[in-house]
Amino acid sequence: MSGVKKPVERRLRGEAVPALDVARIRADFPILDQQVYGKPLVYLDNAATTQKPRAVIDAVTRYYEHDNSNVHRGVHALSQRATEEYEGVREKVRAFLNARSVRELVFVRGATEAINLVAATFGRMRVREGGEILLTEMEHHSNIVPWQLLAEQTGAVLKVVPITDSGELVMEEFERLLGPRTRLVAVAHLSNALGTINPVRRIIGLAHAQGVPVLLDGAQAAPHIRVDVQDLDCDFYAFSGHKLYGPTGIGVLYGKEKWLEDMPPYQGGGEMIRQVSFKRSTYSDIPAKFEAGTPNIAGAIGLGAAIDYVQAIGLDAIAAHEHSVLEYALAAAEEVPGMRVVGCARAKASILSFVLERIHPHDIGTILDRQGLAVRVGHHCAMPVMEHYCLPATARASFAVYNTREEVDVLMAGIRKVREVFGQ
Amino acid sequence: MNDLRDLYQEVIFDHNRNPRNCYCMKGANRTAEGFNPLCGDRLTLYLKVEDGKIAEASFQGSGCAISTASASLMTEALKGKSLEEAERLFQAFHGRITRDTGGAAPVDLGKLEVLSGVSEFPTRVKCATLAWHTLNAALEDKGEPVTSE
Repeated sequence: MSGVKKPVERRLRGEAVPALDVARIRADFPILDQQVYGKPLVYLDNAATTQKPRAVIDAVTRYYEHDNSNVHRGVHALSQRATEEYEGVREKVRAFLNARSVRELVFVRGATEAINLVAATFGRMRVREGGEILLTEMEHHSNIVPWQLLAEQTGAVLKVVPITDSGELVMEEFERLLGPRTRLVAVAHLSNALGTINPVRRIIGLAHAQGVPVLLDGAQAAPHIRVDVQDLDCDFYAFSGHKLYGPTGIGVLYGKEKWLEDMPPYQGGGEMIRQVSFKRSTYSDIPAKFEAGTPNIAGAIGLGAAIDYVQAIGLDAIAAHEHSVLEYALAAAEEVPGMRVVGCARAKASILSFVLERIHPHDIGTILDRQGLAVRVGHHCAMPVMEHYCLPATARASFAVYNTREEVDVLMAGIRKVREVFGQ
Repeated sequence: MNDLRDLYQEVIFDHNRNPRNCYCMKGANRTAEGFNPLCGDRLTLYLKVEDGKIAEASFQGSGCAISTASASLMTEALKGKSLEEAERLFQAFHGRITRDTGGAAPVDLGKLEVLSGVSEFPTRVKCATLAWHTLNAALEDKGEPVTSE
């Protein structure tokens, strides 16, 4: 056990990240203070969605109680306030991702819509019959299906980089598959099913050397890893607010200005136009060009509060804390008979996917649920990953800033209970 | 934990560990596929129907304890039943598990009663009913895989 913990301690010392006051953080999340089936709630389904701190809930409420109005189109005070708040969040997102300009940030429903937007606009502009889109075996369905739809429409071909049994990309295969026909690389920054942190810097370097743009699916990474889009030099970055302690229904697409300028609009409607006549319409400048219709204003404001919350703690401190919880869980898992962790990449964050010998994940999920433990069971919208491991499903505990080692102890006791119920 | 025992009764563990009639049947004249993609539960049901009666029933597949035990118990219950009786059993079982009997008085399900605890676990109803929806598809001779999700 100590052998597993040491690197974390070294890392903590090396980066001088202050320890988090987790008890205080937990007090910021009203939902955590409850019992489920008479047991204290242990919420370990953060990769599906995170809980919301009071600051986010209050920001949304305050907006509806004081400032609710449509944005960008009113001369009255409320509209002006709503517009300022909404556009203010764009600046917060810019700082969060270190984008060059707010023009590079499009508000969308979530990472899924962000990827669909790129597939429908950039994809159709750039991908022709015989062109290739390079994905990986560990992608979430939302970074597979939009490209499949594009391939069906254009005659393009999907190429898939395989993974090793430890859950890492086979980089030799990536290099081999990256070729003159490759039009786009689309890769998860952090795998939702395995927790693998992909070597995105290297991927981007290799792709750019051949003039191929790269989209990163940051849905899982944004809450756990500090992202600097200029430093990474990715062409697109997609993330969802609700996995970052923000509301559902709001997310962000970052795109390099040169691409966004060239791309055709995604949806047509209000907000995205400059002038409309029945002969021809002209479109707004970026990013408004991609934001047809009244946006999710309250969601954006909630996202702004979530980013403030995360920034106040600091992503490095959050990552270090979560890493120590994950390392503790990985070590504890080794002590549970019949428990096998799926996904043992060297670079890994926040996700503990596992199976138990002769016990189906759904049975695990139900028995843990009755002990107040919320975990996810199933294929995690990554069926190709399940296929790789010849598993129908896994159970997955995923950690966030408010989780503790004590909760890992409750999880492991819960898993032992599952085995006991099954007479093992 | 007591309600967990209502779900996971000993008979269910027994059928999960040692499923009955779990084999690929040669000479089956009705087969159907069941698949719940969200859970990953999957099974193939084989029936040998002779003179309007189910002479033999078997299944193969993989799934949770509830779906495996349900398939195992179902194949046991089906043997010797006429197609009409099998259809009625499907209706009765489905009604009991989903608590929707359409006003009809509950039928005694015999050995299948051990699965009635599933009705207390709404997220697991689809596990218990997968084999039964597959049966329904086999009786109706549907060519496509069915799901209970």
